[in-house]
Amino acid sequence: MITLNQIAHGRSGDKGNHANIAVIAYTPAGYAWLRDFLTADAVADYFAPMKPTRVERFEAANVLGLNFVLHDILAGGASRSLRIDTQGKTLALALLQMQAPTPAGVEGMFRCEG
Amino acid sequence: MKTVRIGNGCGFWGDSLDAPIRLAQRGNLDYLTLEYLAELTMSILALQKQRDANAGFAGDFIDVLGRLAPILAQRPNLKVITNAGGMNPHACAQRAAEVLQRAGLKHRIAVVSGDDFLPRLDSLLPAHPFMNIDTGEALASVRARVVSANAYLGARPIADALALGADIVITGRVADASLTVGPAVHEFGWAWDDWNRLSAASVAGHLIECGAQVCGGLWCNWREVSDYADIGYPFVDLSADGSFAISSDAGPGVNRETLTEQLLYEVGDPARYLTPDVAADFTSIALDAVDARTMRVHSARGNPATSTYKVSIAYRDGYMSSGTLVLAGPDAVAKARLCGEVLLKRLGLPFDRSNIECLGAGACAPRILKSSADPLEVVLRVSVNDQQKAKVERFAKEFAPLVTSGPPGVTGYTTGRPPVREVFAYWPALIDKSAVVTKVEMLP
Repeated sequence: MITLNQIAHGRSGDKGNHANIAVIAYTPAGYAWLRDFLTADAVADYFAPMKPTRVERFEAANVLGLNFVLHDILAGGASRSLRIDTQGKTLALALLQMQAPTPAGVEGMFRCEG
Repeated sequence: MKTVRIGNGCGFWGDSLDAPIRLAQRGNLDYLTLEYLAELTMSILALQKQRDANAGFAGDFIDVLGRLAPILAQRPNLKVITNAGGMNPHACAQRAAEVLQRAGLKHRIAVVSGDDFLPRLDSLLPAHPFMNIDTGEALASVRARVVSANAYLGARPIADALALGADIVITGRVADASLTVGPAVHEFGWAWDDWNRLSAASVAGHLIECGAQVCGGLWCNWREVSDYADIGYPFVDLSADGSFAISSDAGPGVNRETLTEQLLYEVGDPARYLTPDVAADFTSIALDAVDARTMRVHSARGNPATSTYKVSIAYRDGYMSSGTLVLAGPDAVAKARLCGEVLLKRLGLPFDRSNIECLGAGACAPRILKSSADPLEVVLRVSVNDQQKAKVERFAKEFAPLVTSGPPGVTGYTTGRPPVREVFAYWPALIDKSAVVTKVEMLP
């Protein structure tokens, strides 16, 4: 198994009561694999306990990025949420801790230092 | 080839007070932008203005300007663009003028206003229902509770102010990226339908609007930041064709990872990032590394701006309070949960909403990540929300008794009763651009 953060980095934030999570591959090979593996449905399943009403996925191939919008996941958003992470700032790190079956050619997906 | 250097020294109200000073000292900037307004800042400022006609703007800016004055004296061509005006840009400008006068500076201040349409809301309402973008509801259902209503203005009034000779431009609600687009258009004389260049400058503005977040802040590979104490703040060197280099005045600078993380931050469809100025296509840009701490961004494309401004409307939505206690020792999580439940049971009040969290046991992404080991201690956090203030105040008084009447290992009750705060909910909507009248005024 791998953890997604071995082949990708990312960031998350809020848009009202929705959160966005960007997952950015370290290499083109990693992006090609993530594009197939990390579908909107997969992300919706992963976050199902937090009850998003809908998950959309957008592709930004030029930066090897997948951008997910998780609708209504913030329990009210910045001003109304009773949660500690009112703005979904930590959700990217949670997604990047997802476990996945080791892809073929994984050695071409790791971060190249420097 | 002419380039214009625009740096952003403030990403939100509450950001570092020293960063803008350092950036102005070290950055060799042509323009310093300072961004103070988050989605709900306007509602807080609106209430401040209700209590005091001279309040309602980001007071931090006045302190920052006082400290910038000696630098402005040394670098007379450095211009400052800020949305610190909030709900009261005229009062902000007045205070800024006093600061400059005391420093013996002759800088000219321009005020951009017209974003605040609360005074006209009822006359606009029949023709403009202000449907909530997320829910489709009409504003009428919460009209009586509205405290602020502002359109996100674009870059045009900022460029106009600069054309009139302003050295300092103080605005109310303006789209964050437009703080960068305004000076770019002023310097290069781009047309307002030059969508590709407006898109390029909007990418630049979006990248620097959150300050350090593009140059080491929040970076997933945070171990590579050698000194977070001087993280550095970002600037762009824009060229006439819209391409730009981006770096920072200290710290790790901007690399592919820090840039791409920020590019997609708080973005929906990256192919249609809507600002008042353009529909920017973030999927069109190309990135090249110039050196270890500088990236070059080029080839941006854009599409025509929409006929509407985004508006942010805030309305009162009851009261809220959150309190914390620390639970240590064996079974810390079980004891924390018990304390939270006991607290709510003792109160016996039905709250509109309540929430019990165990910080240290996966509260940030509840039920997504599970910790294997029993933590040595957790922070119990209990929060309630209700339309009735008295109920929330009663809640705030029920924390202390748990120190002596709950399970063992309770501590950390040293900050007194948790504060009760009023809640403002956010109503995102659109308004036709033709219904908004922007104003640019030079201070005499």
